[in-house]
Amino acid sequence: MSKLRTEDLDKIVEQTKKSLALKTGGTRAKITVHMGTCGVSAGARKILDEAKKCVTESGAGDIMVTTSGCAGLCSREPMITVELIDQEPVKYVDLTTDKVRKIFDEHVKSGHVVEEYALVMGREQVL
Amino acid sequence: MSLTTNKTAESERQLVPGMSDFGFFKKQRLLALRNRGIINPELIDEYIARDGYKATAKVLTRMTPKEVIDEMIASGLRGRGGGGFPTGIKWKTCRDAPGEPKYIVCNADEGDPGAYMDRSIIESDPHAVLEGMLIAAYAIGSHKGYIYIRHEYPLATDLLEKAIDAARGYGLLGKDILGRGFDFDIRIHRGAGAFVCGESTALMASMEGRVGEPRAKYIHTVEHGLWDRPTNLNNVETYANVPSIILRGAEWFTTIGTGDVTKNPWGGSKGTKVFSLVGKVNNTGLVEVPMGITLREIVFEIGGGIPGGKKFKAVQTGGPSGGVIPESMLDLPVDYDELARVGSIMGSGGMIVMDEDNCVVDIARYFIDFLVGESCGKCLPCREGLRQMSSLLADICNGTAEKGAISLLEELGQTLSETSLCALGSTAANPVLTTIRYFRDEYEAHINKKKCPAGVCKALISYQIIDEKCPGCSLCVKNCPQGAITFKSKGKPVVIDQEKCIKCGLCFDVCTKYEAVAIR
Repeated sequence: MSKLRTEDLDKIVEQTKKSLALKTGGTRAKITVHMGTCGVSAGARKILDEAKKCVTESGAGDIMVTTSGCAGLCSREPMITVELIDQEPVKYVDLTTDKVRKIFDEHVKSGHVVEEYALVMGREQVL
Repeated sequence: MSLTTNKTAESERQLVPGMSDFGFFKKQRLLALRNRGIINPELIDEYIARDGYKATAKVLTRMTPKEVIDEMIASGLRGRGGGGFPTGIKWKTCRDAPGEPKYIVCNADEGDPGAYMDRSIIESDPHAVLEGMLIAAYAIGSHKGYIYIRHEYPLATDLLEKAIDAARGYGLLGKDILGRGFDFDIRIHRGAGAFVCGESTALMASMEGRVGEPRAKYIHTVEHGLWDRPTNLNNVETYANVPSIILRGAEWFTTIGTGDVTKNPWGGSKGTKVFSLVGKVNNTGLVEVPMGITLREIVFEIGGGIPGGKKFKAVQTGGPSGGVIPESMLDLPVDYDELARVGSIMGSGGMIVMDEDNCVVDIARYFIDFLVGESCGKCLPCREGLRQMSSLLADICNGTAEKGAISLLEELGQTLSETSLCALGSTAANPVLTTIRYFRDEYEAHINKKKCPAGVCKALISYQIIDEKCPGCSLCVKNCPQGAITFKSKGKPVVIDQEKCIKCGLCFDVCTKYEAVAIR
């Protein structure tokens, strides 16, 4: 990594936004596994492994699996957020590896939200 | 694979609630946690993409240190570690203090039972903390920062280390930051687990390699802190709030919260506060809410109320230094001054909800016993006073307390608040004093009637079979570890031998079908 100048910040913003955005980044779906201490202790690592396995098995190159911190509702961990192009992100709670597989098949692959495991849809009020 | 269309999204929306229809998320507003669940904390680029380090660029290119400090004073941001001291004033005092070098310290020694706000902020967004420290360093004229983080937070420490490395790689820490000629670097110092080391002077003593004991603070740490140099100590959440204030301006920040800080930074509580909402509440978790929200909204709307249809009893704010607030005060707006007025404190943000099954004497005893173990022992009122209070509370719980125990507790508590050297001691009696203030009848029931109304204190209760309800299923007989319950015959109630009973409560727990075991 080279040392940044002030003007370089904007370039990173642009590049990162582009690569993370579902339309422009060549990604159709994004699965975020929430891995704060609360998530990890509730079994989020297994959830992450399963999500990665699902993606590898499906052979799809346009699904991104990433991690993030606690989503706030610690008592309902492990949690993931699934976001598809043109769809609001959906938070799933109380997950197991079987549930992840079902969410992958029905929501990530076919676009149908798995209501029974879904908690909430949309984004939080930020700033 | 089919592409999802907007149409599908519309039809699904009715089935899964949106954020604005969902109690837990509806009233939250994320400032310190603005990136929670959104960015990958290990990737600095994702932080930058959400306006990260933009505030750094702004202060380094367009603001003088004095302007930064003025902006912070105008914002009315007050210390989120619990003290509530105006951050801008602290920065100004530290800048004006004679002596070089000056140090920036971040207090991440979060130790209150049930509190984990700082851990979660670091785990979600470590760069927000680093950037806050960086801006403070520029404003104060410091080139060296430390994060004092407790050893029990391995994931947070690991993420901080990665974040510091990444920031150094980009030249956002180190020499000549962003090519603007300002130098600042941060190191991590791990605390070994003493609760008292969250106190500013004890924290600094510990960093210097001395025993973590507080000293008198008539000499302020902003003037004589770490290695006797001017030191600015803020909490994790305070630093995490700084970048947005600089970017969006103090005026924006003052639109959130209570009071008026235009003339006096103590005039209100601005911005948001992160709380860890735990205990007897349906939605346990981390919430960030605008100051001025009522406790009722936090407990019942965000927290989703009390599980099992039980009755709300009290909420404890501010950890072992805080107080217990009863139901009659649930409409209290949450801000520094209101909470202090009722005998509690904002504290760092622990919020423990209690229901009718919690005994307030037992709760007070828990906190006092915690502090007995954590008192550093330097001064007498705290060292001996807490022990005395602990033994008085134990007597009350065991039914051996004499009349006058309450006034003795009050007297000890008062002495502790007036004569202790540091905040650990001077606030230690709060859980006891507030429970006496709001639940005196429960203390009196323990002492005079030898009864624990909540059915918690083992010495004062007995488990009894309600004969009319018991069908003699013998489930409790099988579960009783003492063999204290005798099966008579099918259809006849079982009998508990009170001599053998150790009051473990297993019979009560297993009899969910008939509810034939009573605590009396």
